Amino acid sequence: MAERAAARMLGQALAYAAFAAFVGLFAVRPAWTRLPPDTAELKVSIVHRGQPVGECRERTEEELARLPPNMRIRVVCPRERSPLELEIYLDGRLLHREIKAPSGLRHDGPAYIYHRFAVPAGEHIVRVRLRDSVRVEGYPYEREERVRLDPGRSLAVDFDPLQGIRFR
Amino acid sequence: MQALLRLLRRGFEPLEAVGYRLFGGESPFHHLGALTIYLFWIVLVSGIYVFAFYHTSVAGAYESVQRLTEEQWWLGGVMRSLHRYASDAAVLTLGLHIFRELSRDHHRGPRWFSWITGVPNLWMVYMLGITGYWMVWDELAQYIAVATAELLDWLPIFTDPMARNFLTEGSLGDRFFTLLAFLHLLGLPLILVGTVWLHIQRISRPRINPPRRLALGTLLALLALSFVQPASSHAPADLTRAPQVLSLDWFYLAIYPLYDLFGAAVVWGVLWGGTLLLCALPWLPPRRRESVAEVDPAWCNGCRRCFGDCPYGAIEMAPHPDKRGKEISVVDPALCVSCGICEGACPSATPFRSVRELVSGIELPQYPVQVLRERARAAARRLSGPVRIVVFGCRHAADPAQVTGPDTASVPLVCAGMLPPSLVEYLIRREGVDGVVISGCRAGDCEYRLGTRWVEERLAGTREPHLRRNVPRERIAVCWSGPDAAMLRACVDGLRARLAARSRADEAGGGARPPAAAAGGGHG
Repeated sequence: MAERAAARMLGQALAYAAFAAFVGLFAVRPAWTRLPPDTAELKVSIVHRGQPVGECRERTEEELARLPPNMRIRVVCPRERSPLELEIYLDGRLLHREIKAPSGLRHDGPAYIYHRFAVPAGEHIVRVRLRDSVRVEGYPYEREERVRLDPGRSLAVDFDPLQGIRFR
Repeated sequence: MQALLRLLRRGFEPLEAVGYRLFGGESPFHHLGALTIYLFWIVLVSGIYVFAFYHTSVAGAYESVQRLTEEQWWLGGVMRSLHRYASDAAVLTLGLHIFRELSRDHHRGPRWFSWITGVPNLWMVYMLGITGYWMVWDELAQYIAVATAELLDWLPIFTDPMARNFLTEGSLGDRFFTLLAFLHLLGLPLILVGTVWLHIQRISRPRINPPRRLALGTLLALLALSFVQPASSHAPADLTRAPQVLSLDWFYLAIYPLYDLFGAAVVWGVLWGGTLLLCALPWLPPRRRESVAEVDPAWCNGCRRCFGDCPYGAIEMAPHPDKRGKEISVVDPALCVSCGICEGACPSATPFRSVRELVSGIELPQYPVQVLRERARAAARRLSGPVRIVVFGCRHAADPAQVTGPDTASVPLVCAGMLPPSLVEYLIRREGVDGVVISGCRAGDCEYRLGTRWVEERLAGTREPHLRRNVPRERIAVCWSGPDAAMLRACVDGLRARLAARSRADEAGGGARPPAAAAGGGHG
């Protein structure tokens, strides 16, 4: 009887050990390789309200007269904004191209762009072009830079209307 | 679907058998829900301790956790490890709880409510775990913070992308950690308490605490693990770097590799698809309803025993329509699982009553007490041999027909708890049966939650209706064998051997049959 109780106790101890081992094992293992060792990362995040899709114009005196006094604004612009057109080149090769519509039901909000790319570590020429108006030809914002991306380095690319495209 | 569930149950059974052999009625498999709640108590206590030293700021979060882990490893470090491992263990017990209840078909019929209300618990637990990992603000936290933000950005609910908050070091503020602390320490736990409360609403006497020895063993196992493999952090988060190789907690964070490999659409598809599937399972296919318990106002005197014994709170008391000042039991068909435990609890179910048609105050129409008495009587009268035994067998345990023979007969029950104790006395006194075996699910693992417990208490005389004191207990054996037919056979053989030995001793002492077997008598 005592032997049976001892065997049961031993069995219980083994069961608890197996439980703890299972928890301990999958709490940290196996390791997850998210990025291969010789890889870096390029993050692009742009929030920007594009230019109005059409020209602004001045209202005529007749038009102004027809409006209530509190709404007599002389210069009016179309509400809809241009989509953002983004191109990213890595070492001269197109890495990503995207046209992002403005947000909002009337397309009058900012457009949001966010992407993450895994790129080989090393020296690269990164070129980013952005167009925010359908009324202009070409890309008003552009930046090209030689960057060194060590393994595991994360390079952020964002945009500021005053400073233009930034590499951070 | 049912074939799949049967397969699942068969796959589970060897583990269950080992657990029962080692722990008996305290098998962890019988207490998975309670164990999960208990693990969250450990998580709560250890979490409060860890938070006392935590700094809710970008610069202070990592440093404060690291200082606690290293400088106060003997208590703070252990508490942190305990916090992590108890959370992981809770996911394990929760997963087993879900699969076990599913494999036992406990998700359909009147139990659908408990199943459905369990689903939000899963989301809460995972959200708690994930926000907990964010708080450390190491590389792992950075990885899951960015991935979570990207996953949320994929949904059309946010205008400004959340992931922008993790673009550069300057884009993240201290308020983020205050928000995290609020979510992790107060918001989500409070919601979890609410959803757990809802989850156990439709069961009476919910088991929310595991047996003490099991609780202690679990705590010691997790403590030992905390010393052997203390929880540690990765390198501090650095948004100018991309985490590469990570020691992942697969209990909580398995969706992130899935996201890395297949993208947000697949992750949300798995999460929402899984949630919808879980919610739809109770009706895939709908359970065929058995007739629910019926109350006979003529025989119900409002004693409240069925009301107290019903494991699912399906019985309420209302003013009796015919007896002034008395109450009557009323069965809620939406809650009744047709277990018959109320039939075993009803004092009017005594087979000694000398009425032409035995009708109980409450009984299952498909298995009324009259039929039960007739079957028991017929079984007893078929027996021959020196030691005659009747086995009452719950239909969810080993089939008692496997142990029948010329000297052993079986009477099926829906649940062991549906057996009126007076029927045992009736067989021994009136029908001259030598022994009665009551078999059922494994101890602490009754298909209907409380049947085995009520049987034990009724036989011990601590619960009404009790087995009268003068019924010889040595003639009765309870056998909580579960599906183990060999164990049931051993129980029957053991009782037979004891009764045979006793009979020989009585004969040697000059006595005839034990007096109880010869005596008649009614039951009050």
